[in-house]
Amino acid sequence: MGGLQKKKFERGSATNYITRNRARKKLMLSLPDFRRLCILKGIYPHEPKHKKKVNKGSTAPRTFYLLKDIRFLLHEPIVSKFREYKIFVRKLKRAYGKTEWSAVERLKENKPTYKLDHIVKERYPTFIDALRDIDDALCMCFLFSTFARTGKCHVQTIQLCRRLTVEWMNYVIASRALRKVFLSIKGIYYQAEVMGQLITWLVPYQFSHDHPTDVDYRVMATFTELYTTLLGFVNFRLYQSLNLVYPPKKLSALSSSLARVVSSEEEEEAKVDQFPVEGEDMETMEAKEKEEKLLEAQKKIFEGLKFFINREVPRESLAFVIRCFGGEVSWDKSVCIGSTFDVTDETITHQIVDRPNVDKQYMNRYYIQPQWVYDCVNAKILLPVEDYFLGVTLPPHLSPFVEEKEGDYVPPEKLKIMAIQRGEKTAQDEEEEEEEEEEEDEEEEDENEEEEDDEEESEEKELKKMEEQRSQGKSLNVKVTPGKVKVENAARLEQEEKAEEKRLAIMMMKKKEKYLYDKIMFGKKRKVREANKLAAKRKAHDDAEKMKKKKARK
Amino acid sequence: MEASRRNVQSAGQRTGMKKTEKTNKKRSKQDDEEEEDQLFHLNKKEDDEGVDEDLSDSEDSVYSGLEDSGSDSEEEEEEEGLDDDDEEEEEEEEEEEGLDDDDDDEVEEEEVQVQSEQSSVKKSKKKEETGGGKETKKDDEYDHDTSDEEDIRNTVGNIPMEWYKDFPHVGYDLDGKKIYKPIRNKDELDEFLEKMENPDYWKTVHDKKTASDIILSDEQIELVNRLQKGQFGDVNFNEYEPAVDFFTKDVMIHPVTNRPADKRSFIPSLIEKEKVSKLVHAIKMGWIKPRRVEDDSKGRFYDLWASESSSILANHKMHLPAPKIPLPGHEESYNPPPEYMFTEEEKALWEQQDPSDRRLPFIPKKYASLRQVPAFSRFIHERFERCLDLYLCPRQRKMRVNVNPEDLIPKLPKPKDLQPFPTTQSLVYRGHSSLVRSISVSPSGQWLVSGSDDGSVRLWEVCSSRCMKTIQVGGAVKSVAWNPNPALCLVAVAVESAVLILSPALADKQVISSSEKLLTAQTEEGPSEGSQTVVWSETEGEELNQGIRLKIQHPKAVHQVTWHSKGDYLASVMPDHSSHQQVFIHQLSRQRSQNPFRRNKGLVQAVSFHPIRPYFFVATQRSVRIYNLVKQEMTKKLQANSKWISSIAVHSGGDHVICGSYDCRLSWFDLDLSTKPYKMLRHHKKAVRSVAYHRGYPLFASASDDGSVIVCHGTVYNDLLQNPLIVPVKVLRGHVTTHDLGVLDVTFHPTQPWVFSSGADATIRLFT
Repeated sequence: MGGLQKKKFERGSATNYITRNRARKKLMLSLPDFRRLCILKGIYPHEPKHKKKVNKGSTAPRTFYLLKDIRFLLHEPIVSKFREYKIFVRKLKRAYGKTEWSAVERLKENKPTYKLDHIVKERYPTFIDALRDIDDALCMCFLFSTFARTGKCHVQTIQLCRRLTVEWMNYVIASRALRKVFLSIKGIYYQAEVMGQLITWLVPYQFSHDHPTDVDYRVMATFTELYTTLLGFVNFRLYQSLNLVYPPKKLSALSSSLARVVSSEEEEEAKVDQFPVEGEDMETMEAKEKEEKLLEAQKKIFEGLKFFINREVPRESLAFVIRCFGGEVSWDKSVCIGSTFDVTDETITHQIVDRPNVDKQYMNRYYIQPQWVYDCVNAKILLPVEDYFLGVTLPPHLSPFVEEKEGDYVPPEKLKIMAIQRGEKTAQDEEEEEEEEEEEDEEEEDENEEEEDDEEESEEKELKKMEEQRSQGKSLNVKVTPGKVKVENAARLEQEEKAEEKRLAIMMMKKKEKYLYDKIMFGKKRKVREANKLAAKRKAHDDAEKMKKKKARK
Repeated sequence: MEASRRNVQSAGQRTGMKKTEKTNKKRSKQDDEEEEDQLFHLNKKEDDEGVDEDLSDSEDSVYSGLEDSGSDSEEEEEEEGLDDDDEEEEEEEEEEEGLDDDDDDEVEEEEVQVQSEQSSVKKSKKKEETGGGKETKKDDEYDHDTSDEEDIRNTVGNIPMEWYKDFPHVGYDLDGKKIYKPIRNKDELDEFLEKMENPDYWKTVHDKKTASDIILSDEQIELVNRLQKGQFGDVNFNEYEPAVDFFTKDVMIHPVTNRPADKRSFIPSLIEKEKVSKLVHAIKMGWIKPRRVEDDSKGRFYDLWASESSSILANHKMHLPAPKIPLPGHEESYNPPPEYMFTEEEKALWEQQDPSDRRLPFIPKKYASLRQVPAFSRFIHERFERCLDLYLCPRQRKMRVNVNPEDLIPKLPKPKDLQPFPTTQSLVYRGHSSLVRSISVSPSGQWLVSGSDDGSVRLWEVCSSRCMKTIQVGGAVKSVAWNPNPALCLVAVAVESAVLILSPALADKQVISSSEKLLTAQTEEGPSEGSQTVVWSETEGEELNQGIRLKIQHPKAVHQVTWHSKGDYLASVMPDHSSHQQVFIHQLSRQRSQNPFRRNKGLVQAVSFHPIRPYFFVATQRSVRIYNLVKQEMTKKLQANSKWISSIAVHSGGDHVICGSYDCRLSWFDLDLSTKPYKMLRHHKKAVRSVAYHRGYPLFASASDDGSVIVCHGTVYNDLLQNPLIVPVKVLRGHVTTHDLGVLDVTFHPTQPWVFSSGADATIRLFT
């Protein structure tokens, strides 16, 4: 009766996935080699939709790879290179064991190597794909370039990373691509816009690393291997796009520009042709134009300014940022090569200092703390320098990556900066005014309190009168007073009605939708709660500050 | 070999006596002799090359053995001297003996022993002899000491002299006597004084071994100076002697030797051939690879994307790009706004939390200036974790629900358009002293009856909220029901195990008389043939005066009474697990009772008559059974999908049923549609106690322990294809929850869109 019984797990999703161990066996690779292959080829486990089905009925935790991915790995030429390398190691060991030094030498000369060019091309078929994924590569290369030669990785790798990162920074300078900078406790975040892609990377502060023991450096090294290749090709392409020779020579100081041609080229940038558009499109076009103008202005905020960096300030970061926005920058000769002018130069407009005071100060320049530079970049305008003078308590440094939506908490400092951007009066004046107003308010409050006291007194008097009447045994004279007409607020009523309607409709929701709705509403409410909490905290802090100020005044 | 040794010994014996006087002289020459000795050996070797190697070895061993013993016996010297003297003799002899060398192998051992005995004897002799003379000769003995050997004045050997720090002596001389340190150690003051006073101080050297100061002689100083300058020690040595070429630079015509070249120099070497062929084989087999050409293409970059093709991307349907690292917020700044800093509590909480539960992976910190910012200790960790995420973390495409929450709310007709329905609380009927379990409205809509736990039944005028009558029934009233027949004016009351029929006398006289007639008519018929379990009895005296006309005694406590729409039949419920006597149907006109069920089908919660057709609804704990009373069979069983049904109400059309349950649900059944609920409403927060349909308007209400009555609009269409429309229109609040009980009963006005509710707060409320 009936056809053949269908066997379980022979079709469908069970056959589309493969466990890691089976994949490894299929490829005939050791686990470290498999891992390296996965890293290089960008193969990652997939989470099947029905895990139990894929796991053949078992619920044991397993990682699954797509069978197609593994098949795709089978034909990878690099797999054979891995095997060759394994054989090489075996031979070398043998030669060492037999103390056949000539054989050792011969083997070492023929050490198998591999290239990753084809893998990069395969993983990133187009240049834009590569740019999209360059974030991690940059972070990793910047990290590796700060490593000391401690044997955690090859010296050549460190040097290559350093070279590539410097090249990258020079490209960003040359193309004026930097958009945002953020000094965090982890390091310095930079965001650049390269060919329409926003690229963010993190650079650690310049300290020697305390190498943790629970980190597998082999994994990191494999990633770095791929990333250096990728970054090299990306750099090549980027330099080519600027009509520059790659590799460039002598760049490490970040002081000299790549080519004089670039800056002039930028000025005569072709204007976007305008097409006739209608209605709403017109508005968007206008907004776009405005934005572009702003961007152009931002690119030139430091143009014409001359900075001198003191030795206690992170030189590379500041030089990079300042030069990205068109400023001239120099430092003491003894700090690093490539300083272009001296401290004594009269034309210096800003000197960046990160110490409480400086012995010898020149009259015609500002002595500012480094945060000013970063805040200016993020605000896209030159902020008033007064808040950043030496020894002054700095205003908070805000993250430029946060874009507050409606209902989110916005720190008051951000509001201030936004006001300055809009060209309103400077924040300081406002503050002073506020303070005056507050004082007045306080006086008024005092008066009010007095008035209230008066009212209370009068009420008490009436009460006393009534009590007296009672004590005399007279019944209270009952009065019929004309009732007041309740003024019904139409708008409010309507609102209430609507709210009730909504509440009733919510009752009729299906269980699934109700769950989803509740979840969304919970998230929203939590957001509001958090914003309120931050606001309350800020208020408490400000109040405490004010009290301190008052005490100090008294 | 043995022969030679014997030879030496014999020679020694011979000359022994003669040489004793010469010992002093010999000793002074010792070193010279040793050198000569070596020379001699060399000579000997050269001479009897190949023949007498063994012999020289053995001699060496003999001598060395003596030297090792450390005793400076004269025997050695004597022998040496003897060697010296009788050199030629010996050579001759040796040459002679060498020939019959092999013959004496067997005697070897014995003779060695003999020899050693002899030598020991000699030693002791010599010691005695030389004992006296030694001291006098000591000084000059070392004047001529030119040997490179260790200084042997102190015999302790090459050891750190600190070991003798704590002893009075510094070692032993050749005779084994202690060499004592000078009695008084020089302290630094002495040293200084000596430095100042002694003109020879600069050339004084302290000898640690003998613990004595030695003043260097002029020659020695000169030697030191020369050595320091890197010159030869010998003054007379000429280091620039003219070089003499051993060979001329001119090529000679003739070979140096006249010997013809060997044959093998013309034949290629077989060994080399073998080696080469091995290498060739290895190269052929690919075991040895030719030296790799230095490939500098690695690390050289070019335009990789010169020809862009997206063909490969097409294969990557399942490719999920890794999510980017989230961008940092204000709290990660090195100088964040003060509101982002943690308070003490938040900090403590952060530390307590598991790292995976934390909202922020770090504690925000504030630094006054950039200079003070330290390195982030977890930087490498975080990067590593990112790496792990990239290649180890399973990826899954998760559809993000991107809906506007407003869109999720169903679009319902506005309650305004569904009017009329009760909206406001207009009257409160106060009077009961305990919770009001049950209420019922007269068919005319003028009167309201309520039964309470305080043991009274009250009759109210609906419009004025006036209590017309209070009837004490002597027990908690579980249920009251007004007869729905407008031609009768009767109320059924369930009190403990009895059902009372009241005649409230609140109607036209005609109606009152007709109902009286109905009640009296039965009495004439006499006691019913019904079972003994239910006893009908007429009341007398006080009870009769109050209006209680009949008493139907049940075996157990009655929980609910309900009328048939005609007003003649009455059903009562006595929930009981174990018995089949849970429901009785009483006929008033014949005063008869019957138990319709023979079997227990579960705990009965509520019963209801079909308003039009002869059907009977029985709600058990989880389901509602519908019985056809005419055919005496079950027609349908409705699954309520709830744990415990509390109440049931039937639509006036008879095709729809609602059930309230103690697990907060209200289920609407469309009998034409299915036995499953058409709609489950989870409006209430607590148990639903009571449900009711309006007789005329499309309204139904549910009362719950959360203190609210929810009025819903429920239109039922005649068209079978159109499902009923259910819209909640009003939430009525007013009752106060007492003892976790809220509203206990709800009922509609028969003609007006009004709803009555009775609650645990001992009030009855009217919402209009």
